[in-house]
Formats: sequence, structure tokens, C-alpha cells
Amino acid sequence: MEYTLIILLLPAIMFLFLGLAGHKLKHKVAGLFGTISLGLVTCLSYFTAWEYFTSPRVNGVFEKIIPFNFEWLSFSEALHVDIGILLDPISVMMLIVISTVSLMVHIYSLGYMHGEKGFQRYYAFLSLFTFSMLGLVVATNIFQTYIFWELVGVSSYLLIGFYYTKPSAIAASKKAFIVTRFADLGFLIGILVLSFYSQTFSFVELMNGSSDAILTGAATQTFLGIGVLSWALGLMFIGAAGKSAMFPLHIWLPDAMEGPTPVSALIHAATMVVAGVYLVARMFYLYIGFAPGVLEIIAIVGAFTSLFSAIIACVQTDIKRVLAFSTISQIGFMMVALGVCTGMDSHEGLGYMASMFHLFTHAMFKALLFLGAGSIIHAVHSNEMKDMGGLRKFMPITHITFLIACLAIAGIPPFSGFFSKDEILAAAFKFNPAMGWTMTVIAGLTAFYMFRLYFNIFWGKEAKHHHTPHESPLTITIPLIILAIVTIFGGFIPFGHFITSDGLLYNIHLDPQVAITSVVVAVLSIAIATIFYKNKEQKIPAMLGEKLSGLHKAATKKFYIDEVYQFITHRIIFACISTPIAWFDRHIVDGFMNLMASSTQSLSYSIRKFQSGHVQQYAFVFLLGIIFIIGLILLVI
Amino acid sequence: MNLLLLFVLIPILMIFCLWISRNINQVRGVMVAGSTALLILSGVLTYLYLGARADGDTAEMLFRSDWTWYSSLNIKLSLGVDGISVAMLLLSSVIVFTGTFASWKLKDQTKDFFLWFCLLSLGVFGFFITIDLFTMFMFYEIALIPMYLLIGHWGSGRKEYSAMKLTLMLMGASALLLAGILGIYFSSGATTMNILEIAQLHNIPMNAQLLFFPLTFVGFGVLGALFPFHTWSPDGHASAPTAVSMLHAGVLMKLGGYGCFRIAMYLMPEAANELGWIFLILTTISVVYGAYSAIVQTDLKYINAYSSVSHCGLVLFAILMTNQTATTGAVIQMLSHGLMTALFFALIGMIYGRTHTRDIRELAGLMKVMPFLSVCYVIAGLANLGLPGFSGFVAEMTIFVGSFEHVDLFHRVITIIATSSIVITAVYILRLVGRSIYGEVKNPEFLKLKDATWDERVSVIVLVISIAALGILPLWMNNMIGDSVLPIVNTLVSR
Repeated sequence: MEYTLIILLLPAIMFLFLGLAGHKLKHKVAGLFGTISLGLVTCLSYFTAWEYFTSPRVNGVFEKIIPFNFEWLSFSEALHVDIGILLDPISVMMLIVISTVSLMVHIYSLGYMHGEKGFQRYYAFLSLFTFSMLGLVVATNIFQTYIFWELVGVSSYLLIGFYYTKPSAIAASKKAFIVTRFADLGFLIGILVLSFYSQTFSFVELMNGSSDAILTGAATQTFLGIGVLSWALGLMFIGAAGKSAMFPLHIWLPDAMEGPTPVSALIHAATMVVAGVYLVARMFYLYIGFAPGVLEIIAIVGAFTSLFSAIIACVQTDIKRVLAFSTISQIGFMMVALGVCTGMDSHEGLGYMASMFHLFTHAMFKALLFLGAGSIIHAVHSNEMKDMGGLRKFMPITHITFLIACLAIAGIPPFSGFFSKDEILAAAFKFNPAMGWTMTVIAGLTAFYMFRLYFNIFWGKEAKHHHTPHESPLTITIPLIILAIVTIFGGFIPFGHFITSDGLLYNIHLDPQVAITSVVVAVLSIAIATIFYKNKEQKIPAMLGEKLSGLHKAATKKFYIDEVYQFITHRIIFACISTPIAWFDRHIVDGFMNLMASSTQSLSYSIRKFQSGHVQQYAFVFLLGIIFIIGLILLVI
Repeated sequence: MNLLLLFVLIPILMIFCLWISRNINQVRGVMVAGSTALLILSGVLTYLYLGARADGDTAEMLFRSDWTWYSSLNIKLSLGVDGISVAMLLLSSVIVFTGTFASWKLKDQTKDFFLWFCLLSLGVFGFFITIDLFTMFMFYEIALIPMYLLIGHWGSGRKEYSAMKLTLMLMGASALLLAGILGIYFSSGATTMNILEIAQLHNIPMNAQLLFFPLTFVGFGVLGALFPFHTWSPDGHASAPTAVSMLHAGVLMKLGGYGCFRIAMYLMPEAANELGWIFLILTTISVVYGAYSAIVQTDLKYINAYSSVSHCGLVLFAILMTNQTATTGAVIQMLSHGLMTALFFALIGMIYGRTHTRDIRELAGLMKVMPFLSVCYVIAGLANLGLPGFSGFVAEMTIFVGSFEHVDLFHRVITIIATSSIVITAVYILRLVGRSIYGEVKNPEFLKLKDATWDERVSVIVLVISIAALGILPLWMNNMIGDSVLPIVNTLVSR
């Protein structure tokens, strides 16, 4: 399957080509170049998936295939960084997700970014991102993951800051990069610790049981009372939490919405932000085997983040921010699903399958939501809900596809989100009923805020528009329709046949109790949202907002986490560390050097008086000297 | 005739030709011809060196030859290179080449400027090709003196102050160094000052080592911006003219790391193991402290100077880890930092030449008026913060992985402290880029400014390509350096 190399190379070449020669091309030509090459990548990805999943299983599991691998950098005999391609069920699934969403975004952007300055640059960055993301998921070793992890980070930085003259975009891109960079430090240290004990970076060697003996030995060692492998895997989770916007490292994601909307759909909803989930899934064997305690932390962090951001999403008024908090909440679901696993087999590891399933369906419907939001923003030229309302008459396609996505994320059968969320809830209930109920409540909140969004955009009072909004062009609506179709039917994919924790075939069966509960909760939440927001006068929410003004205000302010960060970066790091250090350097360290110089100088000034040039003075000193010596001689004698 | 001798002869020839040249075109012609010849020469040398290694030549130094120079003191001109020096020669020739183009438009006494510039490069090249303590010291001094004149005359800002400070601090360091070198020579009992011979004999008594190791290490460390002897660097760089900043930060600071490793640690391994922890703490401070100081600076050159303190600190940090991986990383970091910082200073010079300010609060929206320079500045920034695909990533990761492989817990803990600098680096780079490159143009005067001219493009593109080449395909460089650090590391580990 050597042709998979082309999947990686094509976007890389396209990035170099558009980056270096793009400004000489016409907008349309550059866009078509990018889109067609990505079309090829998508075809190849589907072909890879088809070939991979139809190949015979060995001992009931799909084989891990490494069609290509070369040594890129060597640290020592055992530790060397390879760049290669590892095909296994989850990486092949990710190929499908990334190439599909990326292709949709490429097509969509032809219309959405039409006439923007820097159009070619935009497509160059999209290619760079696609290359990095593909490289990340097919990595054969943890260090390759880290390399591409950094590259997706920088592509995200460049794309958030695409409108580089806009101060808010500059600030958002900087924030996103620095917060994730901080998290990546955890990832890097995690890699250092893990490789120190395991003496390998390779995923295959780490996971195929050959390193188990070494790892078991390492697991007995502790540092500050905690096992070294728990440290390593816990630190890696910090990296994952940064990329996947888990509390308290989530603050960059809502601001990242400053980027162009298709970018939000691709990077900040469907692909890059789930890299953290992917990383945990990739290392799942180690988490389960050597650091189950860390998995529990992951579950708790995931559940808390999910609840926290769902509450915030209920009160935001910028439609992209609602979707951003919804993304954080849904990634929380995936993290919970991984965290509640207690073993490798399909039964105890149900959450693993559920998490990957939800990753897949979420990528599709969340991309659809963002692209739909982009279509709306394109029409009304605003992100604020108050400028929308009653749009269903003007934008029928956007309306229907958006509704489908809302039903999917709310967990209404037969849309895809229902199936994947149901598996997560089942896994959570199996782990701990409290966890199960928490996640069910969050699912209800999800349905509520999504339909609040839906009614505010498409129903309710019509805002005054400068000109009548109209449906977007075909380049925008076609991706919407395709993604809507995937969202409708995606739930029927027999996911357990492809991806399970132990690789063995597993038939998904709905747990009727869980399924009924979750549907009832979802329907109730939608009903409440309908009562609240469908009318032109939204009296009840206004009244509730007043009654719970404290909570409402706190949620609107995103629970002041941004202010905490502001305080840490400006008041502590900038004012209390950097400024004093810089002062210390200039005045103490350098001052000491200057003091040495000036004291030497003043010393020589005082000595200089002896060399005055006055002969009388010299004669006087000469005479004194002679008297002194003679006196000395006389005394001695 | 030894090929290496050309590295000294070409600059001498250039100085002669410059001396007799009559107008600016002749000066430029001489500089371009000479620096291109040096670039080609170092390429040829790399090729021959790798070829000889591939043929199985396992001698520690290749291209060896000796000429007795001052027989009563047994001072010889001993030439020889290993992978480390080849890498450094490659770096130096790239910087000299790009520095020539970066000062293409210099108007004030161009001929004299380039005369001193050539003398400076003569010292640098001479230092890297010789393996005799005294000759190395002599070339080191040759490189130092022109610096004073170049900064003092062609500099900007408080140039006399900075030139004086830089020269005095480095001269103070070379006094320590001279004492150290003589101490090594006399206590080793060797018949010549050849490094290989002294290392081979290996009989410097411990008490002598404990005295002379700190002298030598600090002597070279001052040049490598070792905390707390780094303060010449911000002032010196801020005042120096572009090409001098490039050569100084790019190459001359590397003399420090190179000397620490090749002379201090190689010849006095026991003392290096005994006293290493003190210097490790100092270098860790350099790494973190330099990065934090850079956050609040507002002058582009000061930001880069403090960033250099941090990155050069990492070089010394890594060589003190005394294992093959970290040391290889240190040499790659020297290369990488040399190229990156030269690129930075080149770009800063070009921006300053247009806007007449280096204050990031006054610069804004440069991307709109000079896209080429701005894009290159962003690339340099991303390389500096260690983005994969550029040389900085390769160097830093090799250092961190190597250092963390150390069996001692103390070493691993300070490695973690040092890794934290990568976050702080991101903060100051992005702050700078966000403030001065992005945004709207604040000063309407800037709208008239032109983007890079062809000579500036040559300089910048060569540097960007070198950084990317090292970052994308690092394995050959890694292997070449890795093989060469092994004899030195083995000396350190076995004792």
C-alpha cells in the first residue's frame, strides 16, 4: 500500500507550490489547484480504507501495516525518530474523516472566501494543515506525532490570524498558539519520561507486548510518590487536553473563532481539536495497562469540561461561540468515553469504540453546523443572534441541513449523533451511574442550547437587514448537502466491525433503557427550547435570566477563566517575573560590570595625580623618598 | 599544501585585494568573489571529509599537517578538522557570504569596513582549522580586535560605550583563557601545544585541573554568553552594524561553545565531571533567564540578543551533559542558532534601514508594506521557537532527549526546567510578530517604504534555505557530528 505516501506528499507539495508561486496565480486557479489535489487525496484515502478493511483479519484483528518508514533523525541506538505511515483501524478512520471534511471545506471556501485578499495564501495554509493533520494520524512513533502535532498547531495559528490586520485575530492566534504550546510542553516531557524508561518511540513496539516487561518494571518506580509511567502518560494527557480544549486549557478555542468560518469548521471543530482524543486512543493500550488512574482523571476532566462548557453555551449570543463551546462539550464526551474504560476487551472497552464513533459522527455534523453558520454569516454579515431571526424563508437549504445537524447533535434517532452518544452513555452508566446521569443531563443541555440557537437563527423576530438575505451559492450549499447526507446515514455504519478496543469484531446493540432515557431527555429539552425561543417575544428566558442573574452573568463571562489567565500572564509573568528579571539584568548584573569599569577608572584618576608634569612636585616627592629611605637605613643600622 | 590553509589564505588575499581596490564596485567584486570562494571551499571540504569518513578513515582529525612556527616554545601551526569543525566552517562561510550581501549598500568607508570584516573572518576561520592551543588563541584574538573598530566606528546608538564594554569583557575573558591555556600546557608535560597530544597524554594533575578548568571554561563561556558574563551581548549587538552582528552572534559566539568543549572539557575531563554541576546551574539560569528577559524588551535587537543568551546557554548546557546525543545536539544548536540569529540580524538591519526605528511599539503593519521581509521575519521567528521543519527543532529535541537520557536525577530535573524555555520563547516571538509585523500601519511614513532589493533577497533566501535544509534533512549532519563528538565524550565518560 505504498501509494498512501502520495496522501501525505500531495498536500505538502501543494503547500510549497501555492506558498511560493501562489501570488502569481489567479484566485480561481489557486483554489482549483488546492481543491483538485485534495480531491485526489480523498479518493486515495477512501481507496486505502476500502483496501484496508477488506483485507483478511489475522486472529480476528486487522493487521497494523507500515507501508513506508524512514529514519529521519537518530538520537541513539534505540531512540530514533522515524517518519512513516502506520495504518491501523483508527488511523484509517481518521484519514477518512480528515480528507472528507477537508475536501468539503476546500470546495466551500471557493465560494465563501471569494474575492478575499490573500486567497492563495489561504489555500496554501489549508494544504499545510491537511498535510500536518494527516501526518499526525498516520505517525508510526510518538515523536512523529509530536512533530506533526506542532505543525498542526502552527497551521492553526496561521489560519486563525489569517486576517492579520485585525487586532482581535492577532490576539486570538497568539493565545491559541501559546496555550497549546504550554500544553505541548507537558506532551514533550511525557515523551522524554516515557522514552527514558521504554527506550523506544515506536508505537508498534510499545503496543505489541514486546515492551511490556520493561514497562512493568518501570511501573514499579515512583517519583514524588506517583508511578513514573503515570507521570509520563499524565503529562501526555496535558498535551492532549491543550489541543482538545479541556478545562482549564480550553480558553483558546472560543477565541479561535476569529479565523475564517471554514477554518473553524475544519480545524476547530472536526479535526485538530480531536487530536487529543486521538492521542489518548492511540496510547490506550498503555493507559489501560499501566496508568488506569490517569484514565479516571481523564474521565473526570472530560465530564467537568463537558458540563461547564454546555452551561456557557446556553447563554452565548455569538453563533460561532455557541458552536465552539458545544465543540468543547462534545470533545468532553469523547474523553469521558475513553476514561470510563476499564479493560481491553470489547465489553469493558466499549467506551473506546464509542469515543471513536462519536469522533467520526461529531466531525461530520459539527463541520456541517459550522459551514451552515458560515453560510448564515455570509448572508447577514454578522455573528450575532440578534441580527438573525426568521431566516428559514430566505435560506431553505441552509435551514434544512442545519436542522438535521441540530437533531443529530441533540441525539434524536435515526440521526448519527444518537447512535454514537448512546454508546457513550451506555459506557458511562456501566462505569458509574453518577457518571451516566451527569452525561445524560449534559446531553439534555446540548439539545437545549442547540435548539435555542436554531430558533434564534431561523425563527423568531426578523431582524432588519440592509438587503434581503439570500441562499448561498452552490459551492457553499453542495458541501452542506453532502455532509447532511453523511449525518443522516452515518449512524448506521457498523462501527464495531471496524474499530474496537481489542480489535475483535463487536456487534453494537442498543441498550433500550439508556436509549429511551436519552431520547426522552433530548425531546424534553427541545420542547423547552421551543417554548422559550420559538416565539417572537422571548419572555421566559429574559425572566429566567433576571431571576438567576448571578449565574447568568457568570456564564456569559465564561466563568471568568479568561480573566484568571489575563491575571496570570500580565500581572504575574509579565509584571512579577519578566520585568524584575530584565531590571535585575540591566542594573545588578550589568551594573556590577559597569561598577568594575568605573571603579577602575576612578582609581586611575586618583593615581593620575602623581603624573602631573610639574618638575617641582617630582623633585619634592624625590626628596621625600630619599629622606624616607635614608631614615629607614639609619633606623635599621 | 593543505586544503585547510586556503581558509586563511583566501581572507588574506581578500584583504590585499581590498587594500588595492579603488572604488566601491571593486570592493564589492572582491567581497563577492572571496566569500563565494569560501562557500564553495567549505562545501568541497564537507564533501571530501564525508568521503574520507565513508572510506573508513577513523583518525580523530583529518587533513592533518604541522609546521613548526616558533621552535623554542614548540609552537606549531597544526591544522586538522573533525565533523564539528567542518560544520562550523560551513556555518562561518554561509554567514560571511550572506553578511557581504546584507551590507551591500553600506556607504560610509566601505573599503575599510570590509577590510576589518575580512580580518574578523580570518580569525574565525583560523580558529576552527587549527588544533594547537597557542595558534587557536592567536586567531581568537585576531577575531576580537576588529570587532572594537567595527562597532565603534560603523555602529549605531551608544556605539563607543558598547564597543568598549564588549571588548573589555572579552579581553578580560581572554586573560583568563591565556592563563588557562598556559596552565594546561605546562602541567600536561606535553612537548607541543597540540590538543590531540595533550589529550593523548592525559596527565594533567587533578589540582591543576581544578584550577585551570574554571579559568578556561569561563574564558570561553564569556564569549558563549554564560550567565552572569553575558551583559556585553545585548549592548554589543544593539550597537553593531548588521553584518558584524551577524558574524558576531552567528559565528563568534560559537567560538565560546566550541572552545569550552574542545579545550576545557576535552583536556580536563576529571575537573569537568567534578565541577560540571556548577556550570550546569549557571547555564540553566542562562536558558530560562534569557528567555524571560526577552519578553519585556522593546528593541528588536535586544529581543534577539536575549534570545541568543537563552539559546547559547542551551549549547553550554548540552555539552555539560557529557553524552553523545546531547553534545551532538549542542553542535547542531550552534549551527542552527548561528543561522537563525544571522537571519534575524540581517532582517532587523533591513527593517531598521527603512523605518529608522527598532522599537516594536512604533513598528506596526510591516506585512502590508514589505511582505517579503515580513514573511521571512515570521519564518525566522517560527524557526527560533523551534518549529519542526526548521533547524531549531532538530537541535533542541536532540539536546532535550540526550540530556534526559542522563542517569542522574539532578540532570533530568534541570533538563525539564530548561525545556520550559520553549514556551517562553513562543511568548516573546509571537508578541514581537503580533506587534510589529501584523496589524495596521500606524505610521503613514511607512507606506512609502519599498520591499527587499535583490542583494537583500540573496542574503535572506540563502539563510532561510540553510535553516530549512538542516531542519528537513538533519540525519547526515547529525551523523557527521555524532561520530566526531564521540572521542571527546568517551574521554569524559570513562574518567
